[in-house]
Amino acid sequence: MEESGYFDFSPIVNNIHESLAASFSPGWAMAIAWALIGITLILFAALSVIILVYVERKVAAFFQVRLGPMRVGPWGLLQTVADFIKLLMKEHITSRNADKFLFNLAPFIIVTAAFLGLGAIPFALGLHIFDINIGLFYITAVSSVGVLGILLGGWAGNNKYSLIGALRSGAQIVSYELSITLSLLAVVVLAGSLQLSEIIASQENGWWIFKGHISAWIAFVIFMIAGTAETNRGPFDLAEAESELTAGFHTEYSGIKFAMFFLAEYLSLFIIASVGATVFFGGWLPFHIGTWQAFNHIMDYIPPIVWFFGKVAGIIGIIMWFKWTFPRLRIDQLLILEWKYLLPINLFNLILVSFIALMGWYF
Amino acid sequence: MEPVTEGTILAQDGDLKTQEYFVNMGPQHPSTHGVLRLVLGLDGEIITKVEPHIGYIHRSIEKMCEHDNYRQIVHLTDRMDYLSAHINNEAVCLAVENALEIEVSDRVKVIRTIFAELTRLASHQLWWGVMGMDLGALTTFLYAFRDREMINDIFEETCGARLTMNYNVPGGLMFDLHPNFQKRVKEFLVHFKSKLPEYDMLLSDNVIFRQRTEGVGVLSKEDAISFGVTGPTARGSGVSCDVRKLHPYSAYDRVEFKEILMADGDSFARYKARILEMWESISIVEQLLDNIPEGDILAPTKAVIKLPKGEFYQRVETARGELGVYVISDGGKSPYRLKFRSPGFSNLFVLEHIAKGAKIADLVAMMSTIDIVVPDIDR
Repeated sequence: MEESGYFDFSPIVNNIHESLAASFSPGWAMAIAWALIGITLILFAALSVIILVYVERKVAAFFQVRLGPMRVGPWGLLQTVADFIKLLMKEHITSRNADKFLFNLAPFIIVTAAFLGLGAIPFALGLHIFDINIGLFYITAVSSVGVLGILLGGWAGNNKYSLIGALRSGAQIVSYELSITLSLLAVVVLAGSLQLSEIIASQENGWWIFKGHISAWIAFVIFMIAGTAETNRGPFDLAEAESELTAGFHTEYSGIKFAMFFLAEYLSLFIIASVGATVFFGGWLPFHIGTWQAFNHIMDYIPPIVWFFGKVAGIIGIIMWFKWTFPRLRIDQLLILEWKYLLPINLFNLILVSFIALMGWYF
Repeated sequence: MEPVTEGTILAQDGDLKTQEYFVNMGPQHPSTHGVLRLVLGLDGEIITKVEPHIGYIHRSIEKMCEHDNYRQIVHLTDRMDYLSAHINNEAVCLAVENALEIEVSDRVKVIRTIFAELTRLASHQLWWGVMGMDLGALTTFLYAFRDREMINDIFEETCGARLTMNYNVPGGLMFDLHPNFQKRVKEFLVHFKSKLPEYDMLLSDNVIFRQRTEGVGVLSKEDAISFGVTGPTARGSGVSCDVRKLHPYSAYDRVEFKEILMADGDSFARYKARILEMWESISIVEQLLDNIPEGDILAPTKAVIKLPKGEFYQRVETARGELGVYVISDGGKSPYRLKFRSPGFSNLFVLEHIAKGAKIADLVAMMSTIDIVVPDIDR
């Protein structure tokens, strides 16, 4: 992709690297580079979560014939910031019989897991924190670490509602992890790589959702269902289930520790949507139609980072749509859906896609 | 430890011992619809025991009635089942009117019936919104409130209050209808008839919703009768118990409507019974709206109402079931004893019977379809 005309971030990144290397010893340069990445990531995460929470509120309001936040700032834009400040200043309550160490550890585990996933996401050409050759595997692996935080948080709070929520979440995420991985494998089979930059490169002449036709569609639908379940959202928010379990696994949390669960939920939503966009919709690649040179050229003018965030926003929009439309499933129905329907379909789809790949029946 | 070979049975039924535990659901809980406390015995997610503990919002309404005169009693009944406030008022008024043998005009009867049906619609709308919310579909709540708001506005225009209306007084009504009343109700009916099919689209026909409610919390016809369940909850099990049909009062004898009876007795049948009842209420209002007879709105009564010595009973159909007012009078200006037979109380206690063996999530759905209003249970 060296000759591609897309806006490339790598010269900027290289520039920063070189100037750091020129001014500091290699060890320090490395340390400062990592610190810069860390700060950028935290800022990005905080900003994206604030935006996502605002968007979620507005989307919900749109579905529910109301306006949503309108008072704080123009169109309520500062509402989420105000709420975040409120959460920061609230008292940290740890109940007396809680396991204090685990109780305080849980929010950090879940946030760390979310941040780890963020590191492997290709935002644009050259804007990629680490591009390892098992990128997709890495993301699915670290995203399931988050369940540890939920389980610990639910257990350590010494509240029966939290415990039920946590165990539900454990059962749910362990099950849906399978589906999400297998649905991603369908594209891995077609692309022939686990490296995210390679997967994007393989979509230069068309996104997998179009090229992989039937099996890619099956994989995408399953990915959306399992991704919603993986992020504990929408019809699968059994771990929270406020009408049954008050607030589920984070019943006992308050203030910033609750905010961290919240942060992790929206970060994982973002990660799931970015993985979906990268794997099925060509990541930061613009939309091209076959040989329509003029159309393709116009599309190329839109910078890759806009394409990436546009696709992510589309997928997040669908997941939010689920949440504000469907009733919640019951735990046994949730597991039946996974083990009796999604998993067999997925395995069949994997065989189908292998066959398609072997025969070269994709475009 | 023995090696695991082929044919080794790892765990049998009963090998794996789990500990049962208790959870207090309420009095502060988002889906107990007020301050109801349920003590749940749970085996994992499965309910082994439900014990409703009531009394958190007991206000001694029945005792207060013994010290108030009959006009004041009407106002207290608003605070029982606040969603059927008008119908509760009507029950006491009817009891007093029957005891004194006051003949109210046809106009009063028709207006009372229209108001009662609008109240029933508002109540069922709220129930539908909360039902969706209890199952996790948060949007239904706002849709229901959008439509309910119109009914509240109609009430407000005529009698100045939106929820606890106090429109009835013994002998008739407090005020005459607002001139806009018929126009506004017609507007509402046009609006709501286009929205009610949306209710079905959003919730009734949803696969997840059907799975969550069908075959869940089955209440057999026999059990419904023996528990004294009334209202749409009983009609969901096929028990014919509509007071409007069986013992018509006000203007119910001059309108055509069906008593909705469902066969299954599960949560979905109770749900469907209420949805269909909304259509019936619409039809009742439509039949009466254009021919409200002229007449007095208040029959003459004495300044201090004294009931003759004796016992009087009046029953009406509220949105939740049969409300009975039992008055024992010693001839004074306040009753010697007054007892309300509230539908919520009998309906609530069927919960323990139908929830056993179900999951926590089902319990919430069952509570919703029984449609409890806690102040009605506690009084």
